[in-house]
Amino acid sequence: MGAVTLTPPLLLDRVRLQQGGRTILEDLSGSFQPGSLTALVGANGTGKTTLLRAIAGLHKLAGGRIEGGGPQRIALLPQGSQLDRGFPISCLDLVTLAAPRLGWFRGATPAQRQLALEALDRVGLAGLEGRSLQALSAGQFQRLLFARTMMQDAPVVLLDEPFTAVDTATAAHLLSVLQDWHAQGRTLIVVLHDMKLVQRHFPRTLLLTGDGHAVWGATAAVAPRLAA
Amino acid sequence: MLDLLVSPFAMGFMRRALAGCLALSVAAPPLGVFLVLRRMSLMSDVLQHGVVPGIAVGVAVAGLSLWAMGLGGLAAGLAIALIAGWLARRTGGREDSQLAGMYLLALAAGVAMISMQRSIDLTHLLFGNVLAVDDTALFGMAGVATVTLPVLALIWRPLVLESFDPGFMAATGGRGGLWHLIFLVLVVLCVVAGFVALGTLMSVGLMMLPAIAARHWSASLAGQVRVSVLLAVLASFCGLTISYHLDIPTGPAIVMTAGGLWVLSMLTGPYASLWRRAAARA
Repeated sequence: MGAVTLTPPLLLDRVRLQQGGRTILEDLSGSFQPGSLTALVGANGTGKTTLLRAIAGLHKLAGGRIEGGGPQRIALLPQGSQLDRGFPISCLDLVTLAAPRLGWFRGATPAQRQLALEALDRVGLAGLEGRSLQALSAGQFQRLLFARTMMQDAPVVLLDEPFTAVDTATAAHLLSVLQDWHAQGRTLIVVLHDMKLVQRHFPRTLLLTGDGHAVWGATAAVAPRLAA
Repeated sequence: MLDLLVSPFAMGFMRRALAGCLALSVAAPPLGVFLVLRRMSLMSDVLQHGVVPGIAVGVAVAGLSLWAMGLGGLAAGLAIALIAGWLARRTGGREDSQLAGMYLLALAAGVAMISMQRSIDLTHLLFGNVLAVDDTALFGMAGVATVTLPVLALIWRPLVLESFDPGFMAATGGRGGLWHLIFLVLVVLCVVAGFVALGTLMSVGLMMLPAIAARHWSASLAGQVRVSVLLAVLASFCGLTISYHLDIPTGPAIVMTAGGLWVLSMLTGPYASLWRRAAARA
């Protein structure tokens, strides 16, 4: 995966979000600059996942607008995926299916297969391309989903609690993948709970405070609110 | 012994039934494999019950015309598939209980409507009547198979992706609902096509049982599809033979054979079978 060409920022303008008739986020404005690395934090139920889904275009806004998104530019990796691990598909096929411009009917090109193999290699699953999903551990499965996200080659990547329910070695490995994406100039928004991780690796933080408001800025500036 | 297997097919109606069932055996089980993967096994029950009122309306309007019954069944099946999908989206979750409610209602209404007409034998409609497999029924089964296979091949990739991860499909701008709908149309077509020979209550058996059994024979999707077709062909042939010799309706005979193959697969198949589990524990 090479460097990403400069893209317009992801702009949030007075965004209002509702979930089950209840307003969970009000008047959120700001922008994610191209190539920025932002941690999205807040207690459970403050709307982190809903905000990610809204940015990905999967949750209707109750007000305001979001610019610079759209399915062609955004890759979303949802949390603790409820996918069927017994589904009869191989690791290589799963990753290849995510190739942009694959279309529905043509076969994958050798170049696309090669990219899928490289993605599997990067997440530490080299040699397992022929494995079926049911033969994978939880950590390996999350690595596989990272490889699929890599395959999407999107300028904006949204990750929802990517390190939950995986072992420390896997978390460290996947964090390095995430830093690759950052170095390539992709815009990253990552939902996290581990504040140490946020303070060490994420320059910017968007904190949802739970009363419908947010604190958004450099992690150092938001940090005093994080402990609370 | 050979005579026992061959002699039933000296009869013209048995040959027609065999040809029709073999055509359905090639087309329906691959759909069943996807139904299982999409956790929609219950949906097939709903559809098979759902077509009954439609067939009854067809009889009421045009008498015992296979075309009218088929079209009525098709319309009712599609309507119930759409209503089920709409209810699931509208009320969120609890889909299984709604599906159960719908199929009970549909079956009760269908049976009541059929009984009022007296021109049609309820047992034949629900469980199949091999004598009724005329050229129209045969062309229906073969025609549905001829449409189903190429369409399934065309929607294969998006259907796989949508079955495994509808969220991913939606997030990448794919039109998941469209593939789902095309798939449901194919399922309804196969259920309706089978009703003359197998009966409305049994025609789903040829779709689901080989598909459920195939999971114990292969870990790949293509492999499961191939095995399911093979098992369905075997069940059709053996079921028709048994039905002829023991004089039982074709639907239950074929479905019992398919069910036997499923039990065998579950006990001894190479994947996730009871034998495998026991061997792994020992």
